[in-house]
Amino acid sequence: MQVDAFTILPRAMSERPVYLNLLRIHLPVSGWVSILHRLSGGLLFLAAPIGVWGLSLSLSGEAGFRRVAEWIGHPFSKLFLLILTWAFAHHLFAGLRHLALDGHWGLDLRHARLSSIAVLLAGALVTLLFAGKLFT
Amino acid sequence: MRSASGSHTGTGVWLLQRATALLLALALPGLGIYLLAALPTDYPGWQSLFEPHGVRVLILLTVAALALHAWAGMRDILMDYVRPTGLRLVLVLAVIVILAGSVTWLAAILFDPSLWGVA
Repeated sequence: MQVDAFTILPRAMSERPVYLNLLRIHLPVSGWVSILHRLSGGLLFLAAPIGVWGLSLSLSGEAGFRRVAEWIGHPFSKLFLLILTWAFAHHLFAGLRHLALDGHWGLDLRHARLSSIAVLLAGALVTLLFAGKLFT
Repeated sequence: MRSASGSHTGTGVWLLQRATALLLALALPGLGIYLLAALPTDYPGWQSLFEPHGVRVLILLTVAALALHAWAGMRDILMDYVRPTGLRLVLVLAVIVILAGSVTWLAAILFDPSLWGVA
């Protein structure tokens, strides 16, 4: 029986060793920016209906406004807001970097690495500034 | 046969994701600054920020763009991580229902005649 690469390939591929120990995979810094872009996007998706709900309630009248104001004053909500602020800032900066890469700007390794670090720092900086506003 | 919820309209969605990204990158920080710059502590002050018709139209358009952007992103995530087609379809539909529901809800509040009067 004749065996060529095309009959062998799918079987060989299905028996590849899969190494997915997330704790031991070493991600380059651009990999971290990328997975955090995804994670922050998912987080923002989950928060969007809550945001719309809060906005609706706060605009529905005097009583609704006071309830939302009380919730936002709670330390747990502040922590939640801070996490969402980081998620938004990181998602925005990583997204702008992505658009630049789409336009073939900064594709070489050095610039890709530098822009990744800049994205992480900018996200952290916005979060720190907002934390200063939120907890003072 | 093509997968029932696969990426056979990839380029269009890719472009939609980028176009809405640009729009949101401009509109969301702008709206955030507008609302937070002089954050009122009472209801009349808060409501007056939303009084201009243009502000409410801009917010609704921005959130509609956000919904399209979030749909594209969640679709990518689900296509990557959820292998069973039936489950993936259910989850993509859930995403669409949540996003469409949010936009509809916001529109109902922003243009509720009992809150804003008939413009």
